Amino acid sequence: MSETDVTNADLPADGPEPQVHGQRILLDGVTKRYPGQKAPAVDDITLEIPAGEIVMLVGPSGCGKTTTLKMINRLIEPSEGRILIGDEDVTHKDPDELRRHVGYVIQGAGLFPHLTVAKNIALVPRLLGWDKARIEARVTEMLELVNLEPDQYASRYPRELSGGQQQRVGVARALAADPPVLLMDEPFGAVDPITRQRLQDELLRLQEELRKTIVFVTHDFDEAVKLGDRIAILQVGSAIAQYDTPEAILANPANEFVEGFIGHGAALKQLTLTRVRDVDLHEAAVARVGDDPAQAVAAAEELGREHVIVLDGAGRPLRWLPLRALRRPDALTRVARDENLESVSLASTLNDALDEMLTSSHGVVVVTGRRGRYEGVVRIETVMEAMQGLQSPAHEAGRVTR
Amino acid sequence: MTPAFPVHRQGEKFRYWVIAQGASVSLWEFVQDRWSLLWFQGYQHVSLVIQSLIVATLLALVLACLSYRSSRVTSVALSASSVGLTFPSFALFGLLIAFIPNGVTVSVVALAFYGTLPILRNAVVGLARVDPGLVESARGMGMSRTATLLRLEIPLAWPVIITGIRISAQMLMGIAAIAAYASGPGLGSFIFSGLSRIGGANATNSAWAGTLAIVVLAVLLDLVLNLLGRLTTSRGIRV
Ligand SMILES: Nc1ncnc2c1ncn2[C@@H]1O[C@H](COP(=O)(O)OP(=O)(O)O)[C@@H](O)[C@H]1O
Ligand SMILES: [Mg+2]
Repeated sequence: MSETDVTNADLPADGPEPQVHGQRILLDGVTKRYPGQKAPAVDDITLEIPAGEIVMLVGPSGCGKTTTLKMINRLIEPSEGRILIGDEDVTHKDPDELRRHVGYVIQGAGLFPHLTVAKNIALVPRLLGWDKARIEARVTEMLELVNLEPDQYASRYPRELSGGQQQRVGVARALAADPPVLLMDEPFGAVDPITRQRLQDELLRLQEELRKTIVFVTHDFDEAVKLGDRIAILQVGSAIAQYDTPEAILANPANEFVEGFIGHGAALKQLTLTRVRDVDLHEAAVARVGDDPAQAVAAAEELGREHVIVLDGAGRPLRWLPLRALRRPDALTRVARDENLESVSLASTLNDALDEMLTSSHGVVVVTGRRGRYEGVVRIETVMEAMQGLQSPAHEAGRVTR
Repeated sequence: MTPAFPVHRQGEKFRYWVIAQGASVSLWEFVQDRWSLLWFQGYQHVSLVIQSLIVATLLALVLACLSYRSSRVTSVALSASSVGLTFPSFALFGLLIAFIPNGVTVSVVALAFYGTLPILRNAVVGLARVDPGLVESARGMGMSRTATLLRLEIPLAWPVIITGIRISAQMLMGIAAIAAYASGPGLGSFIFSGLSRIGGANATNSAWAGTLAIVVLAVLLDLVLNLLGRLTTSRGIRV
């Protein structure tokens, strides 16, 4: 039962700090030389990744990010150096055994097309010899964790899912055996920007619950700022140009290479540093499926709102409804989910919220917390205020030319 | 081809007498009269083909699994497959008879040889076409090489392999006719006995009956293999 406790859906959002389940990773003087190449692809990297944190490896294409990552699960064997997970030197461990305890997610998810979603998620637990009932329960739990209705999705095949859904199954599969460490190689590189933003939010939400040690490769600095507890900016040969928190890197780039990588408009990037949970949310008029529409209308009018947000039984937002749609007495008996409902999570950045608002017809965007439950809304004014607050110090630093 | 007198109007005994004496009858009558023999030889023919096909499939899969990881070995396997198919079957049977006394064994060996080639070709191509990203994610999850092969690569290559098996089956149905030359079983005996007596009574009937039976059985076998292919291919990758 302890396993289900870890990801308990009913943990209060402001509950006790969840336990750290990840393990520290230490790369100790690791080098990789590919045969027939003069310069090593990874040249003597030493990097400590603290337990329970997301560390982003970011750098230009070909700088050795993937090679560095794959040496951790020994898909690529290091030429020199040691790698420790926890206190264990894994450099000489049986690689298959090692990999069963290290989650691995790649671009495009790498789902097996001939297996159903459930069977895909069950792959590692099966390799570990779990019994059937335990695997089945775990598959259901994992699907819920990544917000896919188990009844609806368990028996589908990967080709019957959207790219974003496939990627979520990829994450569920990697987490199925509850590994302390998760390796992700540009996992969201192949999806459209809106889906990417949702997947990023979801990863952050999961991480709040799970506290794994995550090593995440990307070439997108914005993604690194958004997701990373720390960022390692790499140069050719996996040479570390700077390894620090996003805030510190933005405030004090270590050298020209890092400055060049951050690019211009660092002040706007600060908007990426402010999370939705850091600003005051507003209340929208709320109704639940099964409520009396007349009461919902009355409540909305009291707040002076013309739309209500309808929540499902689990408290997840379904769609906006205008008050006139609530005239019918059965208006709230059955409400279809708006698949395109603009929403961000508490972990989203104000930048994401702004993006969503620009496509929203309401000037507000719904905020969801744990398990996709409704938390409130962000208004455009809130973002504007935050922007002004952020931009003035940046002006002083002479970074913004506008 | 018209019988000299209306055989079918005569009594049964007389009819057999006429056939035994070698009077020519229509193809339809010939088939009716030899029905049980035709049926028996047809059964033997299909059975020979299926047994050889099973040997060929196993052999081809083993060879493919040994060779597909190396592009050099793969290209060798592909050329060997093309060259092997140009080897005249009649010659192969002849050569094998010199070494192997048992006619049935000769037939199985020769058919397995030919049958292996198209399956090997398709299996190698099918395995090489599996997305390397998938193989990497299998390995990344801790699946061993063997597990990756058995649970990922072969299932994904299976539709292509099954196509190879079907091609092979069609080819073997034809080549198996030559097995009669090695005194192997099958419908080839109808064709051979017909062709060797050409001009004689019912010679063409015999050759035709054997040939048509092979065609019909080949179509049936293909239907069965097609169905088998669909049943053994995951819905997730069916076209
Ligand atoms: N399997 C390989 N064999 C030889 N060279 C490789 C191999 N994989 C990567 N490289 C080389 O190593 C360097 C780093 O590659 P990689 O780690 O994939 O970079 P990144 O993920 O940062 O784009 C590149 O120059 C690349 O060409
Ligand atoms: Mg890469």
